Amino acid sequence: MSGLAHAGLLVRRSVLRTLRQPANLVFAFAFPLLLFAINSSGLAAATQLPGFPTGSYLTFALAVPFVQGALFAANSAGANFAEDIETGFLSRLSLTPLRGPALLSGQLAGIVVLGVMQAVVFLAVGAAAGAGFEAGIGGIPVLLALSIVISIGFGGLGALAALRTGSGEAVQGLFPLFFVFLFLSSVSLPRELMETDWFRTIATYNPVSYLVEAIRSLLISGWDAEALALGFGCAAGIAVLTLTASSFALRSRMART
Amino acid sequence: MVGDSYVSATVTVVGEASSRRADNGIEVSGLVRDFKGAPRAVDGIELRVEPGEIYGFLGPNGAGKSTTVLMLTTLLPPTAGTARVAGHDIVREGPEVRAAIGAALQEAALDPYLTGREHMRLQSGLHGLTKAERRNRGDALLERVGLSEAADRRVGGYSGGMKRRLDLGLALVHRPRVLFLDEPTTGLDVQSRTALWDEVARLAREDGVTVFLTTQYLEEADVLANRVGIIDHGRLVAEGTPAALKAQVGGSSVEAAPADPAELGALADLLERFGERNESAADLVSVRFTAAADLTAVVRALDAAGIKVSSLAVRDPSLDDVFLEKTGRSLEGAGAEAEEDPEGAGPSERELAGSRG
Repeated sequence: MSGLAHAGLLVRRSVLRTLRQPANLVFAFAFPLLLFAINSSGLAAATQLPGFPTGSYLTFALAVPFVQGALFAANSAGANFAEDIETGFLSRLSLTPLRGPALLSGQLAGIVVLGVMQAVVFLAVGAAAGAGFEAGIGGIPVLLALSIVISIGFGGLGALAALRTGSGEAVQGLFPLFFVFLFLSSVSLPRELMETDWFRTIATYNPVSYLVEAIRSLLISGWDAEALALGFGCAAGIAVLTLTASSFALRSRMART
Repeated sequence: MVGDSYVSATVTVVGEASSRRADNGIEVSGLVRDFKGAPRAVDGIELRVEPGEIYGFLGPNGAGKSTTVLMLTTLLPPTAGTARVAGHDIVREGPEVRAAIGAALQEAALDPYLTGREHMRLQSGLHGLTKAERRNRGDALLERVGLSEAADRRVGGYSGGMKRRLDLGLALVHRPRVLFLDEPTTGLDVQSRTALWDEVARLAREDGVTVFLTTQYLEEADVLANRVGIIDHGRLVAEGTPAALKAQVGGSSVEAAPADPAELGALADLLERFGERNESAADLVSVRFTAAADLTAVVRALDAAGIKVSSLAVRDPSLDDVFLEKTGRSLEGAGAEAEEDPEGAGPSERELAGSRG
């Protein structure tokens, strides 16, 4: 049986498992939307700053739930993977002819499906709330594609944390660290308007800024090739790095003779 | 002509079955496993399990049972020694070993969010069964382990016994020739335990599956196993059929409690005429019979001496007596001791990860 067929079986399991955990779905959908609601009403005055790219903070803030939701989902994916290690399910899988790449892609499938669902819901909620989407209909598949790559990258991070620690608790404990990266980016303000030098420098080197800015470009300015290239590039870079590191970690975790 | 074809076909089938059976055994030689910063977990184990045999690997917690199983199932490389399972070397021919074995490891490793049927489909699919085979095999195994009615319920709602039975069913999906069961009945009620024993016995008897079963339950090894290996601190301290092992210890024992506690000394003096005194509870006297002694003679002697007893029983030697003789400890107490003693503990997931990394 091919690795693709093995991956397909695990994709089915991963999706079923994800959809059957309502608590995880609440975290993945409700929290990003709640923070979106708070930010867009509480920080609306930021649009008064000279040079702010849009008159609607709602539209500006809508980019954040996409990235934030992916982080929540990555945490769930990591916790699920860790649970497989703790319960011995990974040992069960290790006794089959399954290969590591098929396992990794299968495990991450749930988070990709969730990422697409999140993107659709966040987009619909944004539209209903009156946020703009300058890129128009053609921008929707691009946004979905970017959401998928971001989900894979963050999912890889969750998987790496699970594989390195083998503990769901440790994965949950690492999660706040991931959030630090989110808040040290341009989620609340455009980088050009940050007056604190060290914060602007960190946000400039933080790849999360470029993920947010790529999504934001579709919402605010339409088609910004540079922003999209940087966003896709950073998302793909994170995905390649985390998946490569996860593959090595999985190889030692599944060290069969 | 027809008759010839029939004979020829029969011979071929029997020949194949014989060669399959010949490859179903386990041969272990000098198997060792060390963990960083801990005493040797498995210390030079030598054993041989014949095809179609149920081999009980008996020992207290932390004795090295699970580490041995992890090595034999290719999930943990040995530090030294060799082993062949189903005719394949566990180090050099890992994929071939895995294709030939089924395993239900300690704690039923199941996904609480999937149903029993979904587990079957996943497991059979990963082993390369076609869609039609997956359905048929899955249904047949669910029926076999008595889970047909619960097949479409999520495993999170299963009882411990149901999980163990599903675990066993999953281990059989690809028709393994050798089955490893690591403490399959730990934590189960008597009814579930008996049901699992019946199924394991049937697998060996009817399907010719070789079963390597670890347990800390004396009764389980006694009832189920054709032969038993007793392991302590990573070493095999005794091996043989349960009957032969118990015969090594000696004959039956008589246990009696005096009706009047003041007569304990007199009772002990009397019973010691019939054999050697065993260790026992403070209010009892236990004596292992010499070959010539029997209960009738004891009763007559008690009557003649005017000693009344509140209980009198003859007890055959148990595997615990074997363990006691070989290690100086009772198996039931040894488990608690091993848990307190980190040196005797088996590998945790973290240790395994460390060893693999």
